Amino acid sequence: MDEKLQSILESLQAEFSASVEEFRGEPQVTLAVEQIVPALTQLRDKHHFEQLITLTAVDYWPEENPRFHVLYLLRSYAQHLTLLLRVPVSGVNPTVPTASGIYANANWRERELWDMFGIKAEGHPDLRRILMPADWEGHPLRKDYPLGYEEPQFTFNFEEIDLRKPYAKE
Amino acid sequence: MGVEQKLGNLGVVTTTLEQAVNWSRTKAMWPMLFGLACCAIEMMSAQAAHYDMSRFGMELMRPSPRQSDLMIVAGRVTRKMAPVLRRLYDQMPEPKWVISMGDCASCGGVFNNYAIVAGVDEVVPVDVYVAGCPPRPEGLIHGIVTLHEKVNAEKMRDWAKKQG
Repeated sequence: MDEKLQSILESLQAEFSASVEEFRGEPQVTLAVEQIVPALTQLRDKHHFEQLITLTAVDYWPEENPRFHVLYLLRSYAQHLTLLLRVPVSGVNPTVPTASGIYANANWRERELWDMFGIKAEGHPDLRRILMPADWEGHPLRKDYPLGYEEPQFTFNFEEIDLRKPYAKE
Repeated sequence: MGVEQKLGNLGVVTTTLEQAVNWSRTKAMWPMLFGLACCAIEMMSAQAAHYDMSRFGMELMRPSPRQSDLMIVAGRVTRKMAPVLRRLYDQMPEPKWVISMGDCASCGGVFNNYAIVAGVDEVVPVDVYVAGCPPRPEGLIHGIVTLHEKVNAEKMRDWAKKQG
């Protein structure tokens, strides 16, 4: 692993009691929910991670606690480093503090997080759906969300489906 | 003083109003310039020099629904896009036609899930379905020629009926 990254990881472990895992030379840092905002602030200001590449989540349903891992992928162009932060969140009323004050692009990413996973970003200035229609119910990227299925129309069942298909009027 | 003085002796062609109107409708049927997904790429190449849809009186793709006669739904329609598509259709002046281009627009295609409308005929009335994923430009042009045949077969007594 990169030496610069090693020292950054050590300081994260010391200050935020973070646990570090490594997979094929790429470290993942697991943090508690309360620690994410100070950790991100410090990584940006002290360790020159200028960019939040992505902010997303993984659903580990049917596990309930923690059900989600919220992922923050950071990039430092100055040092040529990439770092992944993981924040485990419970399945009941999942909430993370907003990172939009630290990285401006987190604003839309957290709206997507809310839209797709139903994870609330606390303190977000404008938490609306971003991809689905505004009146949509549910959060489609959750593992327990029904995929939705309509019977396809083939030659053998064409007429049966044709009868109940809601064709548009002029 | 009349048209023959300006044009010279061209002779006279007689036809029925029905045929003349249908001819003019098919020979300058302007499609709306919008694409929803990968089918739009094939629509563009059908429009471009190699396939050249202007051979069929379609040299112009109108970027405004107010000026277009034909809506080519090129690509999958999401549930979020569906009301927008219907609004564009409602903004087109009569007479208007719709071609559903590709499998996704015709029946949902490979998408059978919560986000994609299974067939754009649930949103707007479709005249011609073009199969393919995506259809080649020849396929789209075949669909357009089929639509032209349909328009040419329209009867005058049905015009008022169609316009409601």
